[in-house]
Amino acid sequence: MRENLPVLQVVVPLLAAPLAFLVRRPRLSWLVALGAAFWAFFAALSLLTGVLASGAIGYEIGGWEPPWGIEYRIDELSAWVLVIVSGIAAVVLPFARASVEREIERDRIPLFYTALILCMTGLLGIAATGDVFNVFVFLEISSLSAYGLIAMGQNRRALTSSYQYLIMGSVGATFIVIGIGLMYSMTGTLNMADLAERLPAVAASRTIPVAFAFLAVGVSLKLALFPLHLWLPNAYTYAPSAVTAFIASTATKVAVYMLLRFFFTVFGAAFSFEVMHLDRILMPLALVAIVAMSLVAINQENGKRLLAYSSVAQIGYMVLGISLASVLGVAAGVLHLFNHALMKGSLFMAMGCVMYRVGSCRVEAMAGLGKTMPFTMAAFVVGGLSLIGVPLTVGFISKWYLVQAALEKGMWGIAAVVLLGSLLALAYVWKVVEVAYFRPPPDGPGVREAPLSLLIPTWVLVAANLWFGIDAKTTAGVALRAARMLLGAGS
Amino acid sequence: MRLLGYFNYWIVVALMMIGFYTMISRGNLVKKLVGLSVFQTSVMILYISLGKIFGGTAPILLEGEEHVVYTNPIPSVLILTAIVVGVATLAVGLALVVRIHEAYGTIEEDEIHVQDDVM
Amino acid sequence: MAAVAIALPALGAFVVLALGKWPNAREAATLTTGVALFALVVSMIHPVEDGTGQGWTLLEVLPGVTLGLEVEPLGLVFALVASLLWPVTSLYAIGYMRGHHEENQTRFYFFFAIAISAAMGVAFSANLFTLFAFYEILTLCTFPLVTHHGTEEARKAGRVYLGILLTTSVGFQLLAIIWTWQIAGTVDFRPGGILAGTASKGVLSALLVLFVFGVGKAAVMPFHRWLPAAMVAPTPVSALLHAVAVVKAGVFTILKVAVYVFGLDLLGTLSSTPWLAWAAAATIILGSLVAFTKDNLKARLAYSTISQLSYIVLGALLANEAGIIGGGMHIAMHAFGKITLFFGAGAVLVAAHETDISRMHGLGRTMPITFGAFFVGALSIIGVPPAGGAWSKWFLGLGTLEAGQLGLLATLMVSSLLSLVYLLEVPVRAFFGRPPEDAHHPEGIHEAPLPSLIAIVFTALATLTLFVHPGLLHDLMTMVVSR
Repeated sequence: MRENLPVLQVVVPLLAAPLAFLVRRPRLSWLVALGAAFWAFFAALSLLTGVLASGAIGYEIGGWEPPWGIEYRIDELSAWVLVIVSGIAAVVLPFARASVEREIERDRIPLFYTALILCMTGLLGIAATGDVFNVFVFLEISSLSAYGLIAMGQNRRALTSSYQYLIMGSVGATFIVIGIGLMYSMTGTLNMADLAERLPAVAASRTIPVAFAFLAVGVSLKLALFPLHLWLPNAYTYAPSAVTAFIASTATKVAVYMLLRFFFTVFGAAFSFEVMHLDRILMPLALVAIVAMSLVAINQENGKRLLAYSSVAQIGYMVLGISLASVLGVAAGVLHLFNHALMKGSLFMAMGCVMYRVGSCRVEAMAGLGKTMPFTMAAFVVGGLSLIGVPLTVGFISKWYLVQAALEKGMWGIAAVVLLGSLLALAYVWKVVEVAYFRPPPDGPGVREAPLSLLIPTWVLVAANLWFGIDAKTTAGVALRAARMLLGAGS
Repeated sequence: MRLLGYFNYWIVVALMMIGFYTMISRGNLVKKLVGLSVFQTSVMILYISLGKIFGGTAPILLEGEEHVVYTNPIPSVLILTAIVVGVATLAVGLALVVRIHEAYGTIEEDEIHVQDDVM
Repeated sequence: MAAVAIALPALGAFVVLALGKWPNAREAATLTTGVALFALVVSMIHPVEDGTGQGWTLLEVLPGVTLGLEVEPLGLVFALVASLLWPVTSLYAIGYMRGHHEENQTRFYFFFAIAISAAMGVAFSANLFTLFAFYEILTLCTFPLVTHHGTEEARKAGRVYLGILLTTSVGFQLLAIIWTWQIAGTVDFRPGGILAGTASKGVLSALLVLFVFGVGKAAVMPFHRWLPAAMVAPTPVSALLHAVAVVKAGVFTILKVAVYVFGLDLLGTLSSTPWLAWAAAATIILGSLVAFTKDNLKARLAYSTISQLSYIVLGALLANEAGIIGGGMHIAMHAFGKITLFFGAGAVLVAAHETDISRMHGLGRTMPITFGAFFVGALSIIGVPPAGGAWSKWFLGLGTLEAGQLGLLATLMVSSLLSLVYLLEVPVRAFFGRPPEDAHHPEGIHEAPLPSLIAIVFTALATLTLFVHPGLLHDLMTMVVSR
């Protein structure tokens, strides 16, 4: 079974999706989804250990040799992303049961889990495949199911948000297809490794830079890189809580993965950064994202929206690290991929707990929750501290590497912006904390603490925030190996 | 005349721009989707054009015919997938528009904004 | 052992939380933990004096970056002061919190114990990373203490407190630490420093600036606003944390960076050192001048603290042995003196409900013990015998002479004169002034509750004792500079 894991990783959830719909009973379909998520997590972990022990694993679909057949290829980076996506799914699904029963009509729940599992399948597929057209197909699988998931939010604005996301997402995906087609027209191959070999010979043509540009814009749209982030705040705000927690910690991360794959593995760092100067676009945009989006977050009145803008800012950190195009910088980006999934996951799940009991995520509505929902708000505080980058949390580890990478290149200003971002994060996190702890709870029926089925998954992620902040050797080690692999510096 | 030789690409560019413009300029949600569809269709033509060779036939191996020129089948196959994706996108999009119409009673973007702001 | 010293108060904190419903048992737990902690720290003196201090690596966070502990003389001085004054302050707090009918006392004692735990972590940290981690924990866990009353005023003060402390530490100090890691390849504290010869003088000078201003807890102007803001907290918090544990963690960090990261030899050659010394001198004078203008006793004491903290920063920046010895001793001397003054201020609040100096005239006759102790504490801050503060000022003065900085010596003297006036004004008016017309001072002798009174007398006596027996402090600090 071990040699088939790369494909089973994706196929099992893919088959679980219709099953979750066919069983029809909400509880049963939840169980199916849970099983798929745990299976994916188990498979991803064993793939990661396999890759770390003995290098990249390839799998030829249907026995067709690459570059003719479709190849699945798991290296350090893809295994890492697989672990993130499936790990978050394995934590969010236990959380989802109670949360979804509260937020979604009963007869739609099997559909909900079907879409959720499909979304996870798509994200896993993007990370597992070694074929660029396959990336597009999985991208659309995950996106289409995400549109459906977001549209299931209670507020009717969920529908318009989903529509807006659909339009922008489809444009992004189409741009990616155009880029892929142009690459194919010059090289006649779709396999990533093969493309990487053949592209240098034709790189001087006009077509390849055009393909590069289409891919860059398309991926940036999916990534919600400022200023192409407009779909993200609404989508995160109005989606059901469990969906926000899942998508916020995985979808944009996989888009970052696509960025790394296309521009480091396929085009090669030398072409992307020395010929096309991708960093000259990414770096300023990332810096603006960090500062401007954090400022916007401070002014938000809805907790989920506040965190959504914070996500756009945090994506800036990842892109910033990548745009430094050094081993340390890329490692910082890859590390933040994981760390940010942990912090945003726990924060959005804390918001989900609030939604469950209070029925609203407006900051105003959180008055007094520090007393009435102490464990939920404590989770929010720890997640927030991690976002700020307080030592002994994962956020600190990300900052440590990112600042180091900037200093290594002698870019003091960038190091300063990174730290400034931390302080802005303090401002928006503390805005919520102050309301929760210093405002008296409103009169009327008291709010109780969220049920354990919500609290336990939330605290699992909170604990992971602390654990990987105290012992970051493993995560930093994997990130560094992935970065060396991407930059072709050997491991 | 050289420019005309690329006529299929000119069509691609024209369709792409028309689709993109429709998507941006129209406030009607269905018209936006139409624009999106035109935009995606242009990419399909792009792919087919890439694989087409003048005088080429379908790639079917025949006994005894050694020097037949074939059209590259892979772009066509790829685009079959893209068509499926496009149809699915359109379906989801239209379904959303139906739901939006149920919830707001309109599918004009500006009227929806007005309703949301009032709330 | 160092790990136990950190774990003990943390453990005590959870016992306090568990015993929340039984106030007497809860306070007994605090006191017992405090005494046990002090005994533990005292037991570390001998190994350190024998030169057998140890280091422990708790765990490796990143390759080369560890959570590590170490017992060395400078940290021991800080730990001794903080651990001795914790049970004393707890005793005082029992009288104060009950006498003043404060709410949420369990939360108060809980975070108090956590703060002490973090202070122990700062004292025993073996590298900059560990120190930074505990430094931030100390900031965060004192936040609920500062905002204890939960009022609008407390919330605003909390914002200033957290805003300044986190801005400086994340913006400057963390940058400096990562920079140090970048150029030196290590963040360990080592005798003689780790930075010598690693980068140009210009870079290292800039680094020093980042460290001095990045340690916001040392309250070098213009990053001092958080300290007066923190005065909205209950008086025991102001007394122990904002005269001892938190602010001393700041100046302790600066001493530690000066001695173990830069090394005195390197420090003396950097171009930014004299500028920063003058910045500290300016803080000394300005702090004293502002203290003059404050009628609220706690505010006056806060500005006095700002001024006195810069004595220690100045001592570190003199970059000679006398300066470091003086600075280190001043950590202890100022702690005992200032805590006595804060105890006095709190006692007046509890017993006579007065906060302004102008309304304390004549109160000396009703509260003779309190104001007597206040007098002793003031002497120590001013730096005249027979109070302990005389010794540290003596060494700091020697340090300025050794550095050939007569201007700085003059600064120290002027500031002492200023503090003479603004501190002694309080007991003098209390003993000899006439009560204001509308004051309702109690008749006869009416002191603060007994536990508080015991604490005040204890710290006042300790201040006097330190004048007679400064030997231990001096020996430990001599070890710091001769390691």
